[in-house]
Amino acid sequence: MRKEKVIAGVLAALALTAISALAVIASFIFKEGLPIIAKVGLAEFIFSGNWHPLDGEFGILPMIVGSLAVTAGAMVIGVVFGLGCAVLLTQFCPPRIVSVIKPSIELLAGIPSVVYGFMGVAILVPLIREHLGGPGLSVLASSVVLGVMVLPTVTSISVDALQAVPRAYFEGSVALGATVWQTTHMVTLRAARSGIVAAVILGMGRAVGETMAVIMVAGNTLDLPHSILDPVRTLTSNIALEMGYAAGDHRKALFATAVVLLAIIMVLNSIALAVSRRLPAGRQAGRAAKAAAR
Amino acid sequence: MEYKLRTENLGLHYGDFCALKDVNISIRPQAITAIIGPSGCGKSTLLRCFNRMNELIAGVRTSGRILLDGRAVHDGAAGLTQLRKRVGMVFQRPNPFPLSVFDNVAYGPRVHGMHKGADLEAAVEKALRATALWDALKDKLRAPALGLPAEQQQRLCISRLAAVEPEVLLMDEPCSALDPIATEHIEELMRELARRYTIVIVTHNMQQAARVSSETGFMLLGELVEFGLTTAIFKNPSDKRTEDYVTGRYG
Repeated sequence: MRKEKVIAGVLAALALTAISALAVIASFIFKEGLPIIAKVGLAEFIFSGNWHPLDGEFGILPMIVGSLAVTAGAMVIGVVFGLGCAVLLTQFCPPRIVSVIKPSIELLAGIPSVVYGFMGVAILVPLIREHLGGPGLSVLASSVVLGVMVLPTVTSISVDALQAVPRAYFEGSVALGATVWQTTHMVTLRAARSGIVAAVILGMGRAVGETMAVIMVAGNTLDLPHSILDPVRTLTSNIALEMGYAAGDHRKALFATAVVLLAIIMVLNSIALAVSRRLPAGRQAGRAAKAAAR
Repeated sequence: MEYKLRTENLGLHYGDFCALKDVNISIRPQAITAIIGPSGCGKSTLLRCFNRMNELIAGVRTSGRILLDGRAVHDGAAGLTQLRKRVGMVFQRPNPFPLSVFDNVAYGPRVHGMHKGADLEAAVEKALRATALWDALKDKLRAPALGLPAEQQQRLCISRLAAVEPEVLLMDEPCSALDPIATEHIEELMRELARRYTIVIVTHNMQQAARVSSETGFMLLGELVEFGLTTAIFKNPSDKRTEDYVTGRYG
């Protein structure tokens, strides 16, 4: 019994280390970032478009807009393709094919982000420049690159959610004369809703936080974008690009950028969670699945 | 005598395993026919032949013919949804969809192309009345179906079928997940429904077969050993194996 207690104690210490690392990071960012926000003023910091750190002007509106625009674009691409792929794999493919395709999609997640950025610069950016106009380095290029990067997350979690839908729903539906597609969109997707929302949240988290690939294809200008062909700078790029030479208030302002980034991620997550909670059907499917498992 | 459903030398293999062997059975319209037998005897498989649900399983081969109203049920995709509209199925575990009560019952009509709100409401009310659920649920149409007690869930599944106005109801152990009182209620409902529908019920429970059915078939190892009036099967079986089973010597 004594030994058990020691093991439990060690495990608790290990677990606490991970949690305290999170707490230390968050408190450090807030400690460094909050004073400058207080000095500049929150409204000025968030709603001003002037970022001239060497002259003491700190307005990050273009970066906020850039991050949101790029993430939204990435989610459109990631969800359309990822969910489409998940539906195909779970509803229309024989299991043997799924067991080959799903791991290969998951392998996409293992490719370093700099490689995605490189592909974007080498192939996507020139294509956009030649066929759609603008500098090529743009919201569109970043959205496509990020969209591809979130595909494995969205696809594989959606596949898991769809596979967890009890087989009895499928049988009940086709036994009423429904086709596979009717069953998919009228029953299966609804039953898997909460899992699919989780897939979207995780994908979104990855898209907002991604830095390297975005720096390479976004153009990183400080202007507010007016079309999807305009270059942008995201919050993450701003920090990564300037941290190397920033000092004093400039450095603090970059920490403040991180504070805003954290806040955005938390807000997006809470919205997505609230949405998934408001979907009673999905929750009940989960409960029913649990009951069936028992 | 016009039979509703008939099989001619029906055989079925899962890979190398022979699940049904030369089954010839004739099912009367507007009556309850029970199929009994020990686990693994092929009774559920036979039931699933009537609405071609076995085709969802890879490696299934069938031989022989199935006749619905004297006309052969075809292979291939043609007529599959139409067949399943005419021949509905109630499953062992109540399986309402994770939708509202209304959407569950309206599901079949919607799938078959009914979209007008008033039509759907009328169809839902009619179907819920057919299973005596209307009074209990008319104020709970928007409530989630999975929140209902098990008996109401199974009734709801039967309503869901009734809404597509099938001709045959296939019931695969419809009471095995229910308590004795709920079972009694569902059996009453079956007798009621048998005035309009042809019902085929597979059951593990011999007493249930004796209580509800007019004809009974006894299956063993994929063969239909004996088929006839329920009273005859239980009181005066002609085959030794049937006698052993109904007197509880095995199974």
